[in-house]
Amino acid sequence: MAFYHSARHREALSIGLIGVMIALPALLTACGQEFYIGFASRILIFALAASSLNLVLGFGGMFSLGHAAFFGIGAYAAAICLRSGITDALLVLPLAMAVAGLFALLVGALSLRTRGVYFIMITLAFGQMAYYLVVSARAWGGDDGLALVGRMTFAGFGLHGEAAFFHAVLACLGLSMLFLGRLAEARFGRVIQAIRENETRMEALGFPVFHYRLSCFVIGGALAGLAGALLANLTGLASPSLLQWTQSGTLLVMVIIGGVGYLYGGLLGALVLLCLEEVLAGFTVHWHIGLGLLLLTIVLYAPKGVAALFAKTHD
Amino acid sequence: MTQLILEQALNGLQFGLMLFLLAAGLTLVFGIMDCINLAHGSLYMIGAYLVAAAAQAADSFWIGLATGVAATALLGLVLELTLFRQLYKRDHLSQVLATFALILISNEAVRLIWGAQPVMLNPPAALSGPLEVGGFFYPAYRLVIIACGLAVAGLLYLLVAKSRIGMWVRAGAANREMTEALGINVQGLFTLVFVFGAALCALAGGLLGPLLAVQVGMGESVLILAFVVIIIGGIGSIRGALVGSLIVGTVDTLGRALLPTLLRATLPADAASTLGPALASILIYLLMAGILFFKPQGLFPARA
Repeated sequence: MAFYHSARHREALSIGLIGVMIALPALLTACGQEFYIGFASRILIFALAASSLNLVLGFGGMFSLGHAAFFGIGAYAAAICLRSGITDALLVLPLAMAVAGLFALLVGALSLRTRGVYFIMITLAFGQMAYYLVVSARAWGGDDGLALVGRMTFAGFGLHGEAAFFHAVLACLGLSMLFLGRLAEARFGRVIQAIRENETRMEALGFPVFHYRLSCFVIGGALAGLAGALLANLTGLASPSLLQWTQSGTLLVMVIIGGVGYLYGGLLGALVLLCLEEVLAGFTVHWHIGLGLLLLTIVLYAPKGVAALFAKTHD
Repeated sequence: MTQLILEQALNGLQFGLMLFLLAAGLTLVFGIMDCINLAHGSLYMIGAYLVAAAAQAADSFWIGLATGVAATALLGLVLELTLFRQLYKRDHLSQVLATFALILISNEAVRLIWGAQPVMLNPPAALSGPLEVGGFFYPAYRLVIIACGLAVAGLLYLLVAKSRIGMWVRAGAANREMTEALGINVQGLFTLVFVFGAALCALAGGLLGPLLAVQVGMGESVLILAFVVIIIGGIGSIRGALVGSLIVGTVDTLGRALLPTLLRATLPADAASTLGPALASILIYLLMAGILFFKPQGLFPARA
């Protein structure tokens, strides 16, 4: 796997893209397509969730199949915050991140003692544990999930308008991507990638491999929690299906379609998969067959994902 | 109370044995080829559907079971030859993605063919009544499942522990390169194991069909349990799979049946009614975490 690629030379492109994104709700409204503002928020939220998995998977080399648990726990944390009267985003989001991060710490501390297939299965099992816990907790709505009472606010401003909420999501994603980009370039990022490439050597050089991995796992979990809290605010519901392992699979598919270990891999993957879902689901209710066949084709013939097509020169 | 415990213990044993049928194939696939197969649960689901369809067509449960198992084994053979053979040399990421795609395809295909409603599968008429065992009545069909499970477990033990093929399989799980170097056709061996695993899946699906609803998604929940079994037992170890299955089956069944009652006796009613079901549903995961903490390689690691 390649190192996280620096996107510095594409700064101009990024600034242009951010400009377009900021103007997107106004553009969609002008075209009379307000419905798609919510859809765009959804894409950005899944982009954040997939990027958090990409940090753990592509960057840290930890193949977690329980990532949806952190995503869903963030959603539930946000719902519970709003129910108990905490509505400011500056409190709700950090709290959701803290709870998801804490669970990631627990899961990581146990799972990171193992490697390979074991790690995949154990993260999967712990993820399902969180799912069953939420489903059987009657206080949190059980199967039906926990409905939100309104949306969070930001420093006194309501985020009820779809455009305002879109901008809030955009800000979260932007800051997170900036953070991830910096992290990849920083000493921590170098070390964690080196551990991915050769764990034994890093261990021999005296790096506390376990702690680096655990930190990376927790950061990924916390960012997934942030995405979950945003999604709960978007849909108005913290649903147990967010924690289900098929959700982890979907996030994984996004990362792989986008490109494992590329900074924008998660983002691209979420965009491609959700748009594909929107288009295919319009044709047939059995679109999962098409998606499955497409995935098989990607695995067998284009295992490096979409981002690799744009980044050929780096290899 | 003792009767309830005894009955639930039998249920647990029956559930554990069925889990073993699934986990046995899966643990060998993981162990020998280091290949992760999420679609194992789908084979279980497809097996159950095929058994139900064949039983309906032939109007006989046992003919249906035999036909369904054979058809699923054939499907396993086709899958192994066309897809899995290409996946062994790939990384875990590709394996997970490809088998996840298989789950999507098979769930949707089943929905397309049989519809979203659960399919009914009736147990053989002769076994539908209860049977008296040691002073209480227990469904005869469940006893037959236990007998079948014990027979298959015994057969597998003989096959793996005593036969030449079993020796190769164990050698392959312990050290694949060395086994290949000694001239064993691990590729062919693996095809055999995979097909056998698929047949065991269908057997479990068909036997459990009359007890559970045969429906889309039945494979996923049981797949996770099979994973927990393998984690507890140790990858690649049949003995570990058996012990793990029995532990998971018994703890899960007894936990669900007895834990709420036990909690009600010790805690305030309010706390017990919220905590009971939640604790019962995560009991086996807590158990797994505990075992993992002391034995990260499982109880019976194949690679010592």
